Amino acid sequence: MNSKRETGRGSRTLFSGLKYLCILCTVVSVAALVAVVFYILKNGIGKLSWQLLFGEYTGSAVSIFPAFIGTLRLIVIAVLIAVPVGIFSAVYLVEYMNNKGKLVKVIRIAAETLAGIPSIVYGLFGYLIFVRTFQWGYSLLGGGITLAIMILPVIIRSTEESLLAVPDGFREGSLALGAGKVRTIFRIVLPSAASGIVTAVILAVGRIISESAVLILTLGMVVNLIPSSVLSPGTSLALDIYYFASHGYPDEAAATSVVLLLMVILLNLLATGLGKLIKRRQGE
Amino acid sequence: MKSIYGFVHVREKLMRGLFLACALFSVVALATITVFLLANGLPFIAEIGLGEFFGTRWAPLSDTPAYGILSMLVASLYVTALSVLIGVGIGLLTAICLYKFCPRWLVSPIRQMVNLLSGIPSVIFGLFGMTVIVPFIRDYISPSGVGYGILSSALVLGIMILPTIVSVSLDAMQAVPGSYFEGALALGSTREQATFRVMLPAAKSGILAGVVLAVGRAIGETMAVIMVVGNSPEMPVSLFQSVRTLTANIALGATEMKGDPERALIATGVVLFVFTLLLNTSFSLLKRDKTEKDDRKSRRKGKNSTPVAPAKPGSAKEAQS
Repeated sequence: MNSKRETGRGSRTLFSGLKYLCILCTVVSVAALVAVVFYILKNGIGKLSWQLLFGEYTGSAVSIFPAFIGTLRLIVIAVLIAVPVGIFSAVYLVEYMNNKGKLVKVIRIAAETLAGIPSIVYGLFGYLIFVRTFQWGYSLLGGGITLAIMILPVIIRSTEESLLAVPDGFREGSLALGAGKVRTIFRIVLPSAASGIVTAVILAVGRIISESAVLILTLGMVVNLIPSSVLSPGTSLALDIYYFASHGYPDEAAATSVVLLLMVILLNLLATGLGKLIKRRQGE
Repeated sequence: MKSIYGFVHVREKLMRGLFLACALFSVVALATITVFLLANGLPFIAEIGLGEFFGTRWAPLSDTPAYGILSMLVASLYVTALSVLIGVGIGLLTAICLYKFCPRWLVSPIRQMVNLLSGIPSVIFGLFGMTVIVPFIRDYISPSGVGYGILSSALVLGIMILPTIVSVSLDAMQAVPGSYFEGALALGSTREQATFRVMLPAAKSGILAGVVLAVGRAIGETMAVIMVVGNSPEMPVSLFQSVRTLTANIALGATEMKGDPERALIATGVVLFVFTLLLNTSFSLLKRDKTEKDDRKSRRKGKNSTPVAPAKPGSAKEAQS
């Protein structure tokens, strides 16, 4: 394979050069990512205020309190739908179908396709079905359900992996003791897979709070009102950032970004930490 | 006695049905999404004709409305291509560096940081682009004095997809057996030659899958792009010119338009949807190719089962000296 060229001194210098290019690129990418975080923190921390975080939204002073409420409700709605459906799908795929067969293939392809659909297309779909067809108008419920469909593939995938990691001996032991399949699943298999599932759910929550393209078409971006019910329009933290940035509130956008960034980082740390904690407690 | 068994039996049946229903939920959801988009978008495309739909003029609200999305399609492709070039170029080289050339103690912290940063919301990247990258390009780089446009978007998206590329490529390379590397060293190549000529090609399919993933993310990204691309629906002729992508077109118009303009937006969504379907298909083909290869590899390994010492960081150095 190109032996003559490869043994030459030129090739060696070329690849040594590439090595330094690699090191340079590492410095560049680490620097770029650190710059984003550092810039957001540096610009936003000073702008945080009680009024912005928990104050009332008035004409002269903006607040992200309605967004807190909206984000919280969205998380509850999406998690309530996506987590049971996702876990049960994975249970069916792994425990009943043994991950084989035509139906499993169809479901897997559907989930993978769902995972690849851009969020704006989800938003368009949510708009078409909830705002238009169901006539709900912009609503937290419509946004939440759309988000639930969006995070579903992630939850199915990670639950499947956690279920596959449970040793077959656990299942056989439980069945041998006379427990039925359903009891085995709920008392033995799911608890053993808990650490992976909890991590996946928390990461999914991270995706919900980061999402904005879906919500711009389903939630209405009503930044000044605290939503009164799940069918009222609302806003989320990520949407607020877009709203502030595009409507002449750069300071507020920066401050809200700090809040969102810290929440995402905390959720990530929580996901790994909690997963480890559950594992350790099970080990005892 | 019989009644208890009967109860258990019914419960088992019921729960199985429930699990199946949940499993079918994703299929139903996908079918509903597809039907809704196609039913609302395709008739419109048929109505105005393909030529008009892929025309260059987008003026849905004017007296002589035109619904050509070509300029936005081209802008989307430019932004995607350039951002993937930036993101994959830097990301892949970073992954190679973390894999072989970086001091060991640095690898794990960098990796954890990259993982953490892959979760940064896209709207924050958009804000960063809007307040840092756009003014910088406007003041120092752009010949036309416009900061918005393809270059800004590509830079923002490039940074955004970096973490994904780094972790996927690193995973792909770490999956290559260490004996390949040692074999290459034994044949007289340097560490660099072994890395670039042996390890990199061996990890090719995994890296490619990561690239496809990145393309999907870049073409589907909305919020980060909408804040830095300028959003004028014009044919891109320069990197420093306000243009609009397909995603931005949907996000900007959908909540305000009714009637034909709205159907035009849904048709835009259909184009985007078809794009991602194609990408998904190629992604799963790549993955299948990879798993087949892996299977073959492991089978071969199992047959010969020659005990190979696991590759340790120190052993490569010894082999070289």
